[in-house]
Amino acid sequence: MSDGGGRGDGGARDDFFSEAQELVDGLGRDLLMLDDLLKKGRVDPEIINDVFRGVHTLKGLSGLFGATRMAGLSHQLEDLLDELRLGRIDIGVGVLDLLFRAVSLYARILAAEKGEAEDPVHDVEQLLLALGQVSGRRTGEGVGAVAQYELDPGLLGVLTEYEEHRLRANIQQGFGLYRIRALFSLATIDTALDAVKANARPHGEIITYLPTGSSSDADTIELEILMASKAPLGVLSAAIRSSGVTVEEVQRREPTTAALSIHMTGAPQGPAAASAAGAVPSVHPGLAPTGQERESRPSVLEGPRPTGTSNVPAVTAGGKASSARAPGQGEMSLRSVSQTVRVDIRKLDRLMNIVGELAIVKTAIARLTERARGRYVEPREFATELARLNRSFERHLAQMQNGILEVRMVPLGQAFDKLARIVRQISREHLKEVNLVITGAETEIDKLIVEELSDPLMHMIRNAIDHGIEARDDRLSVGKPVVGTIALNAFQKGNHVVIEVEDDGSGMDPKALTAAAIRRGVVTADEAKEMSQREVFALVFMPGFTTKEVATDLSGRGVGLDIVRTNISKLGGVVDITSDVGIGTKMTITLPITLAIINVLLVEIGGRPFAIPLASIEEAIAFDEAALRTVELREVLSVRGVSLPVCRLDRLFGLTTSSRRARSFVVIAQVGDRRMGLIVDELIGQQDIVIKPLGRSLARVRGFAGATELGDQRVALVLDAAALLEEVLVPGETRFFGAAEAVRS
Amino acid sequence: MRRVLVVEDSVSTRAFVRAVLEAPEFADALGGCQVVEATCGFDAMRLLPRDRYDLIVTDINMTDINGLELIRFIRRSAHHRQTPLLVISTLRAQHDAERGIALGANVYLPKPFTPEQLRASCAELLAGPAHPSSGPPSGGHRAP
Repeated sequence: MSDGGGRGDGGARDDFFSEAQELVDGLGRDLLMLDDLLKKGRVDPEIINDVFRGVHTLKGLSGLFGATRMAGLSHQLEDLLDELRLGRIDIGVGVLDLLFRAVSLYARILAAEKGEAEDPVHDVEQLLLALGQVSGRRTGEGVGAVAQYELDPGLLGVLTEYEEHRLRANIQQGFGLYRIRALFSLATIDTALDAVKANARPHGEIITYLPTGSSSDADTIELEILMASKAPLGVLSAAIRSSGVTVEEVQRREPTTAALSIHMTGAPQGPAAASAAGAVPSVHPGLAPTGQERESRPSVLEGPRPTGTSNVPAVTAGGKASSARAPGQGEMSLRSVSQTVRVDIRKLDRLMNIVGELAIVKTAIARLTERARGRYVEPREFATELARLNRSFERHLAQMQNGILEVRMVPLGQAFDKLARIVRQISREHLKEVNLVITGAETEIDKLIVEELSDPLMHMIRNAIDHGIEARDDRLSVGKPVVGTIALNAFQKGNHVVIEVEDDGSGMDPKALTAAAIRRGVVTADEAKEMSQREVFALVFMPGFTTKEVATDLSGRGVGLDIVRTNISKLGGVVDITSDVGIGTKMTITLPITLAIINVLLVEIGGRPFAIPLASIEEAIAFDEAALRTVELREVLSVRGVSLPVCRLDRLFGLTTSSRRARSFVVIAQVGDRRMGLIVDELIGQQDIVIKPLGRSLARVRGFAGATELGDQRVALVLDAAALLEEVLVPGETRFFGAAEAVRS
Repeated sequence: MRRVLVVEDSVSTRAFVRAVLEAPEFADALGGCQVVEATCGFDAMRLLPRDRYDLIVTDINMTDINGLELIRFIRRSAHHRQTPLLVISTLRAQHDAERGIALGANVYLPKPFTPEQLRASCAELLAGPAHPSSGPPSGGHRAP
């Protein structure tokens, strides 16, 4: 698949965005790991090298694709990281701060490259300045004396500068050098080598892999692996031994120069050496981590966790807050610019199989057509055959649909990873210690929703740290643990995914909320009296509620929760909030699993078809108009003893129903905790539909998720049950009037 | 048809090299150019003995076996002792690139490079044995 052409052509550029996004996401994860290790006073040189390699690749990419801002940033970052990995600068919290800043800048630069955001010129310049200051603080360790290490010159000649540094660092730590020779089949070398690596890693660091021998045999390859370890030969060879693998110690000669003899007193072996190495303060990258640390690493690397609770790095605010909370950071977005989904090839294989099955059905239909054309076919026999084919076709189509939906599903962990970074950043800015506890990162949801979810979640978490979690002293005085906790829980509930953001902060006082809302003119005093507690908490989602006066004790400064609610309801979801003073606040997002293909109930209102997503329908029942009662100006219907507010959709949409009928139908919709009956004229039936967005001129009309084409060429509007319920049930001005125009046009 | 093996772990860089070398304006001059991609050193070692290549383009900073080790392997192998070899790596990896040249690579082209620079380096290497008098191609550093 060749793109032809050079710079900037579509295909290669898409590759660029998806690769760059993946690299930036990877950097974020690596930095969190470094941060976590650093708090325990440890450094893993391999992660630093991974970060370096990531930035190095980003730099190469951005150069090739003409992303100059990104190339400039990468260039300077690479300088710093090179110094770090070569051990010339020590890694510390300050340096990590800069690297975290760089990661969020990368995201903004990528969005700018895509034309989705403004180029963060100013912020990049500031960071470059700060990076320059770090790079200037070199300790200037001499490089180049590697030739004196008395290793095979052939091997030394193929080491990269980094590998040379790692070799030197390990020797300085007094570790022994070992040569592992292994014969691999070229076809399976990747997995076979992984096994060797996994066995070797707990015992030390692999410096390099050198292919040796002749290539006369094209199917096998001999590798010489150079490894540094504090374990004695016996332990090491026992750990690594497998067929075709030998381990030998690299012989040391007496050091020849005085300078070297200080460090090169030979590699001591046994427990004494191990304990000596362990006693060295370990904040220098030159120190190879112990086996335990290494083993702990993969568990942090995996994005989504299989089960249970995982503890994302506890974020501890250090002595100084990061000085620059860069201007315009409110515009920061966590959305990724990549629109690529990584798919397990087996899922695609299954789809391919289904396509094969469908081809068989097609052939059968063709054969049947041919038969009917050639001679008279008994109609009943023809119909039976056709019905059989139709069933088979339907079955495969349903499988196909499920398969494609499955391909669109990604674990929520993709969004959660980025949030962990945000928690670290915000809590450092606010000098609060916050522990983010994530459960259910493996919960799967449509890729599109994950992307749209990042920003609302970021706002909610920012809000929780800003205004939920109390300052350290306040927590101490009420007997709470100094470290605040924000729990991010995700789980599936039927056709919905529920995400909870729960903090153990100060909570919200309903009385103070209503008072503020009345003062702000968001609600009247009379309305406030009628409000349930849930409605009161929902006030924080009202536009205009986040004002300065209220901000000090209740809500955000400009970080509007109303945006959160708007964005969530665009996704067909709802946000609910509960809070207890002194105990904490919990916000709950309920979302549909996918937006792509949905199962709907088709209904008729005023002679027109409408679709209501089945996911938000509890039941549909026939009822007698006489059973309706009016309570406090609202029509209610008693269903099995529970009175339910109802809404006449024909009136709401400004449609006239031809004749007043004695019997109508009520569709009981439920989203989150809200329930309402929607009165319709007729029930048509269930159907799977593909939602198409309404045109731009109708984009602002609330209450509709989009439109869909029905089999008979008619177009049906798809109701957005979440928005509809909110508009009708929540007091305050109704923004629904536009709906009538939408229906008529 | 000239066959070029590109050894590089970045998918977009591979796509870029392919786009440049397989573009008609470059391919026409050489009677067509076909790019084969290897994602790592092992991948390259699998591909190399099975086919003829007129040019090998390799990165240096790769996981497992690095580009230098690959160059040494290629220069010692029976099949590609003479095949022209272009090293693409960032300018800051000058030290590594010099080692590559010492191990038998022909030209070092620092990243990032323009399509023109890549074309110039590849065209010269594909044209035949090196002419010491011809000087380095634009942007490329020829081995002494």
